[in-house]
Amino acid sequence: MSIEHILFGAFAVLTLLSAALVIFAKSPISSAMALVSTFFFLAGVYVLLWAHTVAALQVLVYAGAIMVLFLFVIMLLNLGDETPSARMTFSRLLGGGSAVGLLAVLAIALNRVPKDVASLGAGEQQTFGTLKTVGQAIFSTWLLPFEAVSLLLLVAMVGAVVVAKSRI
Amino acid sequence: MYPIPWLALFLAAALFCLGMFGVLVRRNALVVFMCVELMLNAANLTFLAFARMRGDNIGHISAFFVIAVAAAEAAVGLAIVIAVFRSRGSVNIEDLKTMKH
Repeated sequence: MSIEHILFGAFAVLTLLSAALVIFAKSPISSAMALVSTFFFLAGVYVLLWAHTVAALQVLVYAGAIMVLFLFVIMLLNLGDETPSARMTFSRLLGGGSAVGLLAVLAIALNRVPKDVASLGAGEQQTFGTLKTVGQAIFSTWLLPFEAVSLLLLVAMVGAVVVAKSRI
Repeated sequence: MYPIPWLALFLAAALFCLGMFGVLVRRNALVVFMCVELMLNAANLTFLAFARMRGDNIGHISAFFVIAVAAAEAAVGLAIVIAVFRSRGSVNIEDLKTMKH
């Protein structure tokens, strides 16, 4: 058993535990904190998949920017604990059943995925997933989608200000 | 010993199902948003696992775009939550049934 597998197992268990905590925590603040730890553990898994750039982006954008937005809104709205309602049981059963069913179908489908992983040459091992290669691809082949995404972010920013400001 | 990218696919599937369970079960709109973020992260993990298996970086670029779109989605979605809270005084999605037939 290699060190990568041990690390992957630890990160996977911690990711799933904190993701479950997001769902089952009573107050939204605890959910948000569990979500931050989920993002950090997922960044660890990304590093094990040799996606260093995306792991850094995960910490910067998700655990940084998006979570600050979430915490800001939670504190702005001053939300208390959710009161559990008894008539939720049927929809809970239905939700749990469909989640388990989807997991079973996905597991059967993923089990048929071939297990061979591309072996990288010595040169590729140096460059795979680094900021240089990913950045070069984004700014050459994927330049138009990149510009479209920057436009989308601008529109989202303006839209967020407009929606949050006026009364509906 | 199974390869890590292959195992990561199952982790992503489990994470996606957890997120879907949260979206279906929770009634707080903010927690529903957090569960949507979990599902987006599961999709990202699948992209990265397949990128490692194929040995190219298109999956990394897809994950980059997913992260950017998720940031836009979170900004607009949270603004909508604030607007709904202002007009209705609640973020419980069971209270929002104006569009019910």
